[in-house]
Amino acid sequence: MGAAQFVLENVAKRFGNQVAVNPMNLEIRSGEFLAIMGPSGCGKTTTLRMLAGLEAPSEGEIRLNGVRINEFKPHERETPMVWQSLALFPFLNVRENVEFGLKMRGVPKAERAERAHRWLQRLEIDQFAERDIGNLSGGQRQRVALARALVTEPPVLLLDEPLSALDANLVVRMQTVLIRLQKELGITFVYVTHSQSEAFAMADRIVIMNEGSVEQVGTPREIYRAPTNRFVAEFVGTNNIIEGTVSSRKAGMLECDTALGCIRTLCGENNPIHPGNRVDLVIGADLIEVSAEPIWSDNCFPAAFIGEEFVGSVATLHFETESGDEIRVQKQQRETESLELAHGKPLYLHWDADTVYCLASRTSDERGE
Amino acid sequence: MRRDRLVTWLLRIYLALIFLFVFVPIATSMVFSFNSDRFPSLPLGGFTWHWYDMVYKDPDTWEAIRTSLLVALTSSVLATFIGFCTAYTDFRYRFRFKGAYLALALLPPTIPLIILALAMLAWFSKIGISGRVGSIIVAHTVLCAPFAMAVIRLRLQQMDRDLESAAWNLGANELAAMRHVVIPFTLPSIISALCLTMAVSFDEFMIAWFVSGLNKTVPVMILEILQGNVDPRINAIGSFVFAVTVTLVVVAQLLFSAKTTTTRS
Repeated sequence: MGAAQFVLENVAKRFGNQVAVNPMNLEIRSGEFLAIMGPSGCGKTTTLRMLAGLEAPSEGEIRLNGVRINEFKPHERETPMVWQSLALFPFLNVRENVEFGLKMRGVPKAERAERAHRWLQRLEIDQFAERDIGNLSGGQRQRVALARALVTEPPVLLLDEPLSALDANLVVRMQTVLIRLQKELGITFVYVTHSQSEAFAMADRIVIMNEGSVEQVGTPREIYRAPTNRFVAEFVGTNNIIEGTVSSRKAGMLECDTALGCIRTLCGENNPIHPGNRVDLVIGADLIEVSAEPIWSDNCFPAAFIGEEFVGSVATLHFETESGDEIRVQKQQRETESLELAHGKPLYLHWDADTVYCLASRTSDERGE
Repeated sequence: MRRDRLVTWLLRIYLALIFLFVFVPIATSMVFSFNSDRFPSLPLGGFTWHWYDMVYKDPDTWEAIRTSLLVALTSSVLATFIGFCTAYTDFRYRFRFKGAYLALALLPPTIPLIILALAMLAWFSKIGISGRVGSIIVAHTVLCAPFAMAVIRLRLQQMDRDLESAAWNLGANELAAMRHVVIPFTLPSIISALCLTMAVSFDEFMIAWFVSGLNKTVPVMILEILQGNVDPRINAIGSFVFAVTVTLVVVAQLLFSAKTTTTRS
């Protein structure tokens, strides 16, 4: 990762009196693959559009390599974007679409054609160069949009949910294309998405946004295993979140009273959580074990099996505890066969203390609501 | 099942009747334009090009056609330009009183033609430009601009808003984006607006009659021939005008529907 390329300092955006983005600070490093993720309406696309100059920040300063760029018009920036709608020009063919950026920069015709051809080849769509946009498949159009944005060899590429219109298997293929491109070109990718799997599969760092504010910035692993607040814990992955109150703390072990019973978790020395604090306990669905008999463990609770879903070979099992809470467990499908699951079957869920991540509950004042 | 077929047949008959009412008078006029008898009566006399020949040899006809074409061409270009600008401001910007702005832009065709014509005449003579070819052009531009706007606006509504932003994003300034994206995208509608407004202007009688002075357009000339006596030349001119306008409208329609169905991305 290089030095800071984009710096957003207290950047906010309002439309009329509606707040799209609260004052935020963010550093985008040169050459990184940064994903901005959040539910729809969280301000992620607005943030991206401010980088491209399509929206002017209401407050704050955006700097590119140390220079304030707030006032730069979109065409004065080198921030090409791949649009959710792709926004390919329907009256131009594939080659002319790709050449567009070069044409606007006054590149002579022969050079334009040659550079466009190179990119079409690189993205394996050179055989479609003279086709109309309307006669391409979704995946091919995606590649045209990428070629069109990259043909001017920009220092950064902005992507606004580019894969949201593709089939699941194409998405995975395009992800490998994008990762490879980003590594080969060594330029910054800023990738807006609401899809965790896309963000986790590709990004070096992830920004989680909610209601116009940045909730957490970190590597995929940090976001996944060490969420800094309940929103992130709920938003990413299939975490189980159990509310409780700390009842004792000794030798790095916390005991928390919850509706389930006493849950044990580890706690670092610097963690300022004390008995009496309200906490959210985050337990990754993939870290919970299921057994037919009770097992001696840090945490073991009886629960009834109530249903399952499959995505590929991974099964998400739903259990109901005696307290009526639902707990999700993720297992490889073949591992679940030995359990002989049946609706209502009583089983035991257990997990180690070190798999529980303990979050201090944010009160509503801290949230600034 | 049987009721459906009955309804279908009734609707077909209804449609046939409508076409009959619309086209029989025109067809009659066309038939009589080739009829050798002076008065339109049945049975028909022999076939003749005589009336067309008379019209062809009459310098007044050519004068009127020249004026009509000049007016139609100029006012269609002006009206399409104004219509494009209005449609684009509607597409691109949001502002207060936009509703009023649009209503005003679409107003002229809703005013009874005779009122519009009288108002134009009064105003033109007040500012001293009445009775010229230019005054017909101005008046027809006012009348036609809303049609052009309506056609172009429909096309702009089909345009992905991101297209223009994408052009800026790829390094086009506003003018270049207009030239390389907005105009190419709306081109079919611009051409059909040109044809349509040309047809409206070519056909328009009332305003032309009031403001034209000595510069007669074709419809004005027709009325003047008609006021004199029954003259089969009318049928010949009428058939010619009909052919011109129908061609323009059909071209407009073909361009508009062909392009809108094939260029969706």
